[in-house]
Amino acid sequence: MSGSPAFEGIVKSDYEHGFVTEIESDTLPPGLNEEVIRTISRRKAEPEFMTEYRLKAYRHWLSMQEPRWAFVDHPPIDFQAISYYSAPKHLKEGPKSLDEIDPALLETYNKLGIPLEEQKVLAGIAVDAVFDSVSVATTFRETLAQAGVIFCSISEALRTYPDLVRQYLGSVVPYTDNFYACLNAAVFSDGTFVYIPKGVRCPLELSTYFRINARNTGQFERTLIIADVGSYVSYLEGCTAPQSDENQLHAAVVELIALDDAEIKYSTVQNWYPGDAEGRGGIYNFVTKRGDCRGARSKISWTQVETGSAITWKYPSCILRGEGSVGAFYSVAVTKGRQQADTGTKMIHLGRHTRSTIVSKGISTGWGRQTYRGLVRVAQRAQGARNHTQCDSLLIGDRCSANTVPYIEVKNPTARVEHEATTSKISEDQLFYCRARGLNAEDAVSMIVNGFCKEVFNELPMEFAVEAQKLLSISLEGAIG
Amino acid sequence: MSQSGVTSMLSIKGLRANVGEREILQGLDLEVGAGEVHAIMGPNGSGKSTLAHVLAGREGYTVTAGSIRFLGEDLLALAPEERAQRGLFLAFQYPVELPGVNNTYFLRTALNSIRRARGEPELDAVSFLRLMREKLKILHLDDSLLKRPVNVGFSGGEKKRNEIFQMTILEPSLAILDETDSGLDIDALRLVADGINALRSAQRSMILVTHYQRLLDYIQPDYVHVLAGGRIIRSGGKELALELEQRGYGWIEAELAA
Ligand SMILES: Nc1ncnc2c1ncn2[C@@H]1O[C@H](COP(=O)(O)OP(=O)(O)OP(=O)(O)O)[C@@H](O)[C@H]1O
Ligand SMILES: [Mg+2]
Repeated sequence: MSGSPAFEGIVKSDYEHGFVTEIESDTLPPGLNEEVIRTISRRKAEPEFMTEYRLKAYRHWLSMQEPRWAFVDHPPIDFQAISYYSAPKHLKEGPKSLDEIDPALLETYNKLGIPLEEQKVLAGIAVDAVFDSVSVATTFRETLAQAGVIFCSISEALRTYPDLVRQYLGSVVPYTDNFYACLNAAVFSDGTFVYIPKGVRCPLELSTYFRINARNTGQFERTLIIADVGSYVSYLEGCTAPQSDENQLHAAVVELIALDDAEIKYSTVQNWYPGDAEGRGGIYNFVTKRGDCRGARSKISWTQVETGSAITWKYPSCILRGEGSVGAFYSVAVTKGRQQADTGTKMIHLGRHTRSTIVSKGISTGWGRQTYRGLVRVAQRAQGARNHTQCDSLLIGDRCSANTVPYIEVKNPTARVEHEATTSKISEDQLFYCRARGLNAEDAVSMIVNGFCKEVFNELPMEFAVEAQKLLSISLEGAIG
Repeated sequence: MSQSGVTSMLSIKGLRANVGEREILQGLDLEVGAGEVHAIMGPNGSGKSTLAHVLAGREGYTVTAGSIRFLGEDLLALAPEERAQRGLFLAFQYPVELPGVNNTYFLRTALNSIRRARGEPELDAVSFLRLMREKLKILHLDDSLLKRPVNVGFSGGEKKRNEIFQMTILEPSLAILDETDSGLDIDALRLVADGINALRSAQRSMILVTHYQRLLDYIQPDYVHVLAGGRIIRSGGKELALELEQRGYGWIEAELAA
């Protein structure tokens, strides 16, 4: 493991203490003002620059309007009714036992084969941190420390590596970017920090699953991943199990930075609680995810499987700044019941010979409403830029809908931008063919839909792909017939 | 039609069926005994594929009169997958493409659905692979086809051979082969015929829909029927096919009209 010896020392000593996050015991009353922000920052023992940053963001936020352009509907959100700081949930109120949980949710846990103890964690029931003692987590940390990889909560990073955070935080998604990103910058609760030193190929897939406190990072999560020159990391966010949360609004920010010849693969399975059959109680997922291919020949790919949440509003994007850098977006989004999703990507080609690939597979059933919104922008100086977009929608039933809204702005004549879009219904021929071979209608649909999503699943790490397929099948149960 | 002592595989009586508003089958009778091979010939558009789809249970094909019994059960009361699980197999005239669905995975899922419905243990991936390799040899199919998505980018002949390959894996009691011979080159026809012959047994019956005598040179049918205007208008032994090859269908219709 070559790279940065300076970091190795710090990292090792840090990892000896493991992932310690002190537990605060109180919750701030609802409401947002400068004092609340100062309090959050103080409670987290943040460096001065961070407090200032949060305040600047807050002041800017006051001047911003809530966006209205996405094709989604929801009742107005009262931002003064939200508590912006609360202690980790396992000590507080919340459901006391599985009896208090939506039975439909429990059924899904059982189908996914999730152990009982873990079901409780996912459902937000107070349990001791069962994963702390798991030896696999310990081995995990040791392996990373040996490689010099930093993987910790962002609060911890702010205290331990303030210069590193200061250099990069907000450098991809500035607080001025959009309403929710600005709010996040002001009040973010916690999140994940990753730094891969020069020339290091991260020896493990990094997953929030291994970060003990990650489940309590709350509604304004912040993630920052930096891949230094020539390094590689694959990061997995979320899990296939549906998670419930008392917070309806989730406004996360994820920033990725890839320096020369570095590669970041970011995979998400999002299965937040979509609400009951009428959509009540579901999560609003308004997240800003952006990767900056800052270095030459750097690569960032976003792969997502989105099946949860009442409303999803997200556009993982790549800024292709470095010469010859490569961006990719692979997405499967499923909307069923009353779910609404407005999702897509932005590929901003700034550097010469930059390339991007977009593969979006949308599946809509029931009353689901789905919009793919994609921007491909080629700047004047982006000589020889290439983009290929493929955007396919599959409708199951006739009450659902799908829209495709491509925006293409090309300022360099040598660029080549290709866009293909299809909308289809599951064909009677295909269904009948499968059934004539002995598959029941539900299995047939699931097989056809999984086939439809194959190109995206191929991009997921193996284990995740298997889970994602299972999840998709479960999501589609009852979609036809 | 079925000789005494032969158990009934399929019994169709007075079958009338519509596609949309149009009546295509207009009072069709057919008896198929266990172990028998029946060839059905007839002009384009006479209703051969319609019969095949009605038997397999395709939606949009409405039976307005008559009955179909399959192995003693009321076939029309069963869903398409239940028919397959009971041992009915249709080799499609136009096999369907399933993008992204791996051929091997598809076939294993199909076989296991059928086994599960019958209360038999499912085959794991390894045993299935062994079974598949064994059957592949019979049809001289390239294994690369098994790694590809079902029928996607297959040549016309490869699609037909894949149908027969599926049949050899699923081992149905009654196979309906809808123009499996069309689009096959001479060598492929031979291989497919060998594959079909290898499956002939006293318990397994077949209905071959074909336009050409050539297939029947390889697979000797017990009976040959002429379907025209939605009904079986003539039945005979294998010599009827030879006669049709020489004289076409016009003379039968003329005889009937006389
Ligand atoms: N979906 C449909 N809608 C309307 N008419 C149909 C439909 N399917 C079949 N038909 C009609 O039913 C008639 C019988 O068709 P069928 O496919 O059964 O003929 P066939 O005997 O198999 O012909 P071929 O030898 O050409 O395969 C034809 O006139 C055809 O046009
Ligand atoms: Mg036909």
